[in-house]
Amino acid sequence: MTAKKVPYIVPVGPIHPALKEPVHIELTVSGEEVISADFTPGQTHRGIEWMGLSRNPVQIVHLTDRICGICGVTHSLAFARAVEQIADITVPERADYVRTIIAEFERIQSHLLWAGVAAHELGFDTLFYLAWRVREGAMDAIELISGNRVNYDIIQIGGVRRDITEDQFEPIRRCLANYKDLFGKLKMLFLEDAVINSRCKGAGRLSFEKAMAYSTVGPTARASGCTADLRADYPYAAYGDLNVKPVLPTVYSNDINGDTYDRIVVRIFEIAQSIEIIEECLANMPVGRILWEEKVAGILAACKKAKGEAVGLHEAPRGECLHYVAMDLAEIPIAWKVKASSYSNLHVWPLILKGAQLADIPIIVASIDPCLSCTDRVVVTDAAAGRTKIFTKEELTRLSYEKTRRLMQ
Amino acid sequence: MKLTKALNRSLWAFHFNSGSCNGCDIEIVATLTPRYDLERFGVKLVGSPRHADVLLVTGPVTSQMADRLRRVYAQMPGPKVAMVIGTCGLSGGIFSTSYNLAGPVDQIIPVDVYVPGCAPRPEAIIQGVVTVIAKLERLEVGERND
Repeated sequence: MTAKKVPYIVPVGPIHPALKEPVHIELTVSGEEVISADFTPGQTHRGIEWMGLSRNPVQIVHLTDRICGICGVTHSLAFARAVEQIADITVPERADYVRTIIAEFERIQSHLLWAGVAAHELGFDTLFYLAWRVREGAMDAIELISGNRVNYDIIQIGGVRRDITEDQFEPIRRCLANYKDLFGKLKMLFLEDAVINSRCKGAGRLSFEKAMAYSTVGPTARASGCTADLRADYPYAAYGDLNVKPVLPTVYSNDINGDTYDRIVVRIFEIAQSIEIIEECLANMPVGRILWEEKVAGILAACKKAKGEAVGLHEAPRGECLHYVAMDLAEIPIAWKVKASSYSNLHVWPLILKGAQLADIPIIVASIDPCLSCTDRVVVTDAAAGRTKIFTKEELTRLSYEKTRRLMQ
Repeated sequence: MKLTKALNRSLWAFHFNSGSCNGCDIEIVATLTPRYDLERFGVKLVGSPRHADVLLVTGPVTSQMADRLRRVYAQMPGPKVAMVIGTCGLSGGIFSTSYNLAGPVDQIIPVDVYVPGCAPRPEAIIQGVVTVIAKLERLEVGERND
């Protein structure tokens, strides 16, 4: 009879309200403990690379914006940088600064979005609402600069499509000042709170060696002590003029644990870093053009003469984003390959979920900031007995909430 | 629309991502959080379609998600309405030429309200919700949902 009880297989997803994107995770559990985990992505496959191979680079830029709605500038910037290298296009300095400013605003809104979702996963909804209210400041700044709240469409091959005008500096500075005032509060709420401390410390631990071996990127890697940050390692856009240092958990505490708590530390302090970067960019903004060539026909003519291959990189909020493009004397690229940052990070799920409690799954899955969404039900299959129990996302969340309550009593 | 009577109960919504870029999904959450605060009217996201009055669908419906969308819609109790948020769910939008689409959404399930935009602003989503309330009112007095 004992053989019938363990292990249980728990499939999660592909619909899960907390994560906003479909992914399927399968967990083998013994009681409350996860023995092993596996996942199947691919539910949101839209064939974007394939569609790109029948469009020209100026059209593809709009497609890249819609690879991910949170990283609105990430993919278009990485793609534009690849094409610019092949076609030998020099981006005007001012455009580089505008690109940097919008990329950093994106980091602020993305990290705040994540922080809110993480708080929600713990059942700390007050903090979720606070983080999302605070995030609206960055959304206003992005809307002011680009005209859109999401999918900014501001990047063009050879520059940016909109300039930051003199009268926009003041509202942007006001927004940054507001964030500076709030930072102490955010730091206190996210890093000193008893709920977050008790639920996140030690949860989903990823060692430095494993983080390196699995080629993790971005805050997930930095929380484990890897100093990888493209803005410092291979400066591009305006980052070469700035002194960007990778944020490690040591900015807040003495040791690096590589757990969920450290990932919160890295992201919260990266918000502060982004504020400084934007301020510096605004102070040193060069004057001049924002586009290498204003007419689209001119850009396409340059693409027609381009031959070769290149890799465009950008440090997205979630880590390194890579676009490989190959062109051969035609408007339309002959190859285009995207490696998004989450692709590198998802592979550590099986590793960090192992040994975790069922109630900790939502926060651990969310801790790497996956750019995929799942949830609505979990099926617990008793393989030997052939019984199936359906777990809804609510039940999982309830387990998570109950654990918080137990710890607080 | 009889505003006072229409709001005599809360609308509960279930969010279904059928392969969207996340843009509309984060705007839905932005609509519910304090700046726009749709929750003050009792509108909230629920974790199960069995509790929902409104199905919010984002994305162009990839072939893997088509059957799941059908099943989720079937699980909702009536009277129910489906709302498409974003241009790609409406027509395929920028993804319309993709080989992996079973959509747009109205090819899979009956749709009552369309909110265009890439991504639609929270104000547009609120306008859509108001339209949904009016439609539910009519459904409740016995109008057929075709």
